[in-house]
Amino acid sequence: MSQTLSAPLLAAVPLAPLFGALMAGVMGTKFGGNSIGRRASHTFAILGVLVAFILSAATLKSVAMDGARFNENLYTWMVVGGLKMEIGFLVDGLTAMMMCVVTFVSLMVHIYTIGYMEEDDGYNRFFSYISLFTFSMLMLVMSNNMLQLFFGWEAVGLVSYLLIGFWYNKPTAIFANMKAFLVNRVGDFGFILGISLIAAYAGTLSYTEAFAKANELAVLTLPGTDWMLVTVICICLFIGAMGKSAQFPLHVWLPDSMEGPTPISALIHAATMVTAGIFMVARMSPLFELSEAALNFIMIIGAITALFMGFLGIIQNDIKRVVAYSTLSQLGYMTVALGASAYSVAVFHLMTHAFFKALLFLAAGSVIMGLHHNQDIRWMGGVRKYMPITWITFLLGSLALIGTPFFSGFYSKDEIIMAVQASHLPASGFAYFAVLAGVFVTAFYSFRLYFLVFHGKERFDQNPDAHHDHHAATVDDSHGHDSHAVHHHPKESPWVVTIPLILLAIPSVIIGYHTIGPMLFGDFFKDAIFVNVDIHKGMEVLTEEFHGAAALARHGFSATPFWLALAGVVSSYYMYMVNPALPAAIKRNVMPLYELLENKYYLDWFNENVLARGARGLGTLFWKVGDQTLIDGAAVNGSWRVVGLISSVVRKFQTGYLYDYALSMVLGIFVLMTYFVWLK
Amino acid sequence: MTLTLGHFLTLGAMLFALSVIGIFLNRKNLIVLLMAIELMLLAVNTNFIAFSHYLGDLHGQIFVFFILTVAAAESAIGLAILVVLFRNKTNINVDELDSLKG
Repeated sequence: MSQTLSAPLLAAVPLAPLFGALMAGVMGTKFGGNSIGRRASHTFAILGVLVAFILSAATLKSVAMDGARFNENLYTWMVVGGLKMEIGFLVDGLTAMMMCVVTFVSLMVHIYTIGYMEEDDGYNRFFSYISLFTFSMLMLVMSNNMLQLFFGWEAVGLVSYLLIGFWYNKPTAIFANMKAFLVNRVGDFGFILGISLIAAYAGTLSYTEAFAKANELAVLTLPGTDWMLVTVICICLFIGAMGKSAQFPLHVWLPDSMEGPTPISALIHAATMVTAGIFMVARMSPLFELSEAALNFIMIIGAITALFMGFLGIIQNDIKRVVAYSTLSQLGYMTVALGASAYSVAVFHLMTHAFFKALLFLAAGSVIMGLHHNQDIRWMGGVRKYMPITWITFLLGSLALIGTPFFSGFYSKDEIIMAVQASHLPASGFAYFAVLAGVFVTAFYSFRLYFLVFHGKERFDQNPDAHHDHHAATVDDSHGHDSHAVHHHPKESPWVVTIPLILLAIPSVIIGYHTIGPMLFGDFFKDAIFVNVDIHKGMEVLTEEFHGAAALARHGFSATPFWLALAGVVSSYYMYMVNPALPAAIKRNVMPLYELLENKYYLDWFNENVLARGARGLGTLFWKVGDQTLIDGAAVNGSWRVVGLISSVVRKFQTGYLYDYALSMVLGIFVLMTYFVWLK
Repeated sequence: MTLTLGHFLTLGAMLFALSVIGIFLNRKNLIVLLMAIELMLLAVNTNFIAFSHYLGDLHGQIFVFFILTVAAAESAIGLAILVVLFRNKTNINVDELDSLKG
């Protein structure tokens, strides 16, 4: 392990955003008496993230160029028995890449926020939250042990909760953040079970020590059953990933999380936090490699998410929700790649997705700003004339998303499809179908969104809700924006918004081409990700077929995914540009199907009516029977009744008269003496 | 007839029994109760003296002096308490002193 990385500089990476968060969150709010203003708050927050980004980039450079690695504990939090709980950093290719992605996207979002949240009262609070998020996410990815991972995991969950409910006067936002919190608890429960099992059987929380014992764990079974221990551990950990990375059926919180401001949808609910699950599984690859069953499970869950969440994107009318469902679907792709043991491909897609999806969200936010906080794509159209930068960058993001050759999304998505094809797991047949069909669906909904927003007739004057809704919207968004009752034409967003779009568009286009070689087929991830090549030959097959990025892209033009994507684009063009009456006609003909999609497969209904109501019913049952009848009635009241009964009898003997006591004393002595003198 | 140890012990026992009965039966005056207690001590003293004489051991009679002193002190304290009690309750009727009742 070469020690070219210095611990203080690494520690500064998460601590700089934390400092920014504290400055903005304490000094800039009522806590610190509003002692610094908006400009100072965003300066501190952005400087913190900028420092983190520069240090991360330097780290990435020395990791990639000089092969530097770092794995040390900096602080021992506590020692319980033989179990050490420490805070430390592990920096290898995986970590360095994640650090750069997180800090870069975070920096872009910070800058963008200056424009997007300009008129919001919670400006300083918002900066504090997103800086705090950056800190938490960095702690998560830089951790060298599972406890710190769990800390970061929960901290990003907390910030996500705070940010979804950022506009806390809005009932839907409060509902959404509660939902996100509850659904994530389900996942986190599995996650902490998995960590506890590792701690119980490996006796350590450190990654390296736990992975060193992986082969010992592989032969154990869960006591009392014949389940393989490592399978149980992996599935528990993956349940955690399902919650955080919004995999079916724990995905329900992600679309609702769009209630939060758009910058955090880009940062947290698209680019970074939701990919924490993918990162975690990749990090734990030495364990997951030991369990075929867990990998099959992962692949099936991922395939379901990839395909069926894409379908939902087709019928959504809220611009952010379309992108949210697309995020779900892309997370499904990453999960499928994990299941196919192509961890590096999943992480590669994670990276490219972080750029183009953050771009799409921020561009969507820019459109929303331009259209005076209208999010309904039915009342958009023709925006490209008014917002050229947003238009171009959105188009580039969409092209990357659908996997146009040479764009970043092409490389990652194509490799996922090939990895699934090469996988020998039983689940790979279904998964292969799902990811291929997903390509068509992705292209269709992406370009439906694109055409409806940027092309076609200008419909933003026809919004039936727009005029009389103004006051409600003002209150809801707490933006105080729509004071002008007459709609002006949309105008391009200020430079603080467009610069991040442009800066994100660049990696969205080129990063796949430049990094596919070292990341997937070089040794960038060599010591971070472990693949059991004897069983899982997927990566070998990919390596054999890889002859350079350009060759891959040229080949891409003749491969099935490209034609599927093209078909998706063409059919959306036909349905929304050429013949706009067609979608309505189709909708009328397949009403039951449409309703199934409209109700999101009735999962929310199921959760609310069966799970939530069932849990409440169970709670009421325990409350009435267990608490009120048994505990209060029998145990608490029962015991005092028994004591009262006994004492009411005993009280009779306590007359208070001296002579009675004296008599009983004498009688007692008499009895004792009789016993000792005669009977003994 | 000569006086034997038995006679003295019988006297002691009778005195003791009398005082115990005095405690139980007396429902009127608390002073009588104190007197009964004194009588109990005297019964014990009688036993001490009788044993001392018949066993030829003077220690028993020395003990009696101690007991008498302690008894005097005790009745002084008892009477003092009684005076205070009377000041508070304006009577010293045993039947009405039942504030220990639960």
